[in-house]
Amino acid sequence: MKRIMAIFLAALVALCAAGCTQASGTSDGRITLNVYNWGQYISDGSDGCLDVIAAFEEAYPNIKVNYTTYDSNEVMYTKLAGGGITVDVIFPSDYMVARMIDEGLLLELNFDNIPNYQYVDDAFKNTAYDPENRYSVPYTWGTVGIIYNTKYVDEEDVTGWELLWNEKYDDKILMFDNSRDAFGIAELLLGYSLNTTDPQQLQACAELLAQQKPLVQQYVMDQIFDLMENEEAWIAPYYAGDYLVMAEENEALEFYLPESQGFNLFIDAMCIPTCCQEKEAAELFINFLCDPEIAGGNMEWIAYSTPISAAKEYMPEEMVESEVAYPSDELLAMGSSFDYLPGSVSRYMESLFLEVRIR
Amino acid sequence: MMRRNKTVLLSVPYILWMVAFTLIPLGVVGYYALTDPDTGAFTWGNLQALGTYLPVFGESIAYSVVSALICLVLGYPVAYFIAQRGPVAQKLLYMLVMLPMCMSFLLRTLAWVALLQDTGIINQILQALGIGQMKLIRTPGAVVLGMVYNYLPYMILPLYAILVKMDNRLIEAAEDLGCTPVQTFLRVILPLSMPGIVSGITMVFVPAVSTFYISQKLGGADTVLIGDVIERLFKQGDNANLGAALSLLLMVLVLVCTGLMNRLTGSDGEDVVVV
Repeated sequence: MKRIMAIFLAALVALCAAGCTQASGTSDGRITLNVYNWGQYISDGSDGCLDVIAAFEEAYPNIKVNYTTYDSNEVMYTKLAGGGITVDVIFPSDYMVARMIDEGLLLELNFDNIPNYQYVDDAFKNTAYDPENRYSVPYTWGTVGIIYNTKYVDEEDVTGWELLWNEKYDDKILMFDNSRDAFGIAELLLGYSLNTTDPQQLQACAELLAQQKPLVQQYVMDQIFDLMENEEAWIAPYYAGDYLVMAEENEALEFYLPESQGFNLFIDAMCIPTCCQEKEAAELFINFLCDPEIAGGNMEWIAYSTPISAAKEYMPEEMVESEVAYPSDELLAMGSSFDYLPGSVSRYMESLFLEVRIR
Repeated sequence: MMRRNKTVLLSVPYILWMVAFTLIPLGVVGYYALTDPDTGAFTWGNLQALGTYLPVFGESIAYSVVSALICLVLGYPVAYFIAQRGPVAQKLLYMLVMLPMCMSFLLRTLAWVALLQDTGIINQILQALGIGQMKLIRTPGAVVLGMVYNYLPYMILPLYAILVKMDNRLIEAAEDLGCTPVQTFLRVILPLSMPGIVSGITMVFVPAVSTFYISQKLGGADTVLIGDVIERLFKQGDNANLGAALSLLLMVLVLVCTGLMNRLTGSDGEDVVVV
């Protein structure tokens, strides 16, 4: 018995020792930088594009990037607000930046370490979500519109957001699987503000979404790529940049912005959360992504619009001239952005959305 | 006296484990269920909100009961067949039953998506044969299929464990005394294998009732099970408090269901085999 115990203990000690050396992870002396980004949101070297993370690690050999992804602002927020994790760089959208500033979840950036901030266009500075440019550096921007497959959808039906409620396309319609984007579309259709906090208006939106539900094939986020490219679904609201990626796989896909009803215009920014352990390395990473050449190569792959005009020089011409990526100023004027909603309102919206889903 | 102390000592690691990883977390769940997400103050609000979700509980239970019964009907003959083979064949067949479980649960479910979807493999074959497209995925049937496929081994293994221990002489005796094969099965084999049936159903029902991935991938927009709701509340709903309240209710329901089943089948749980 004693001998078995001894062997067991020895094994345990050995396991622990092995575990410990692995856990520290810096056996090669490198710092680990934890980057938490949206899925499909950094150029990974495929399709002959730039591998941004590899290029960064080459430029800063003492930093190792640990890259993980999320599929909505809410998932990222919930994970960070829950605590107990280390994340050094995040990519929240405008309204989420404002919420995280308000709740004290972001650190002020040291712009001495981000000299490339000078390349950011003035139009993306002093924004409503970060008026003094203290917490965020814009990464991309874009619009939310309708992606549809011209093989199956009649051009005459493409008149506005009501396309997503058209019974002709029963079971071929996809819808956002996050409450803010889904409610945004209902708000535009009903002529409400994208930032309404009025419970009655929110209930009306929920009612509209409930009417749409029988026609919806699935509520999705990034699964949309497969479903639209394979023509499993024909109509979906999504982000303009992702449309450009899908259109490369399936030429029948078209993008439509309902200009008269309005649409969401968003900015995704780079921020450093309070759970950051390597702030300087995080700032170096943000700075690296603002380098016009790197930003250009990166945008070529993710296809979102860049807030750094100097980067366009390094991007394929058809992308720079794309009206989907860079709509005219008149069109852009029809868009509006999401503002920060108090926690109780966004939770109420989420519970209404959940009730729609289980109805 | 000495003996007793020793056995107590042996159980200490498990008791510590239970306290650290079952009792304390359960307390945390209870705490969350009774506090307000905004203020952190005590509230009954989360429990009062449970009423909205009762139909979802009903749906989840219905799906998992149906799946467990199908698993039983499919699994029993298989388990009996394996138990009647020679030792080598038994090992081999046992391995075959276990084999799918070596593959990730997520991958197995995604494979069904690729098979069943409108533009999927099965529908492509049907179309090539001129039969035309069939609605396979995003149906209740697809969800049940996913559950049965994923949890069938949990039914076969406990059934096999009971059936393999059964004394064949009892069956011979029944036949010698004039039982028809049907009577032998109903009056000898079935009653003797009851503990295996009960643990098999429990082991399929419990994971099936709380699943979320299968329904998200194989179900339609209107198939939302209680596991989906709880996952959502924790992951992006920013409302762990309501999620905790739902989890507690789910736990109570599962305990009631399994308790009820043990009662009905007359099994007091002592014979239940857990593999």
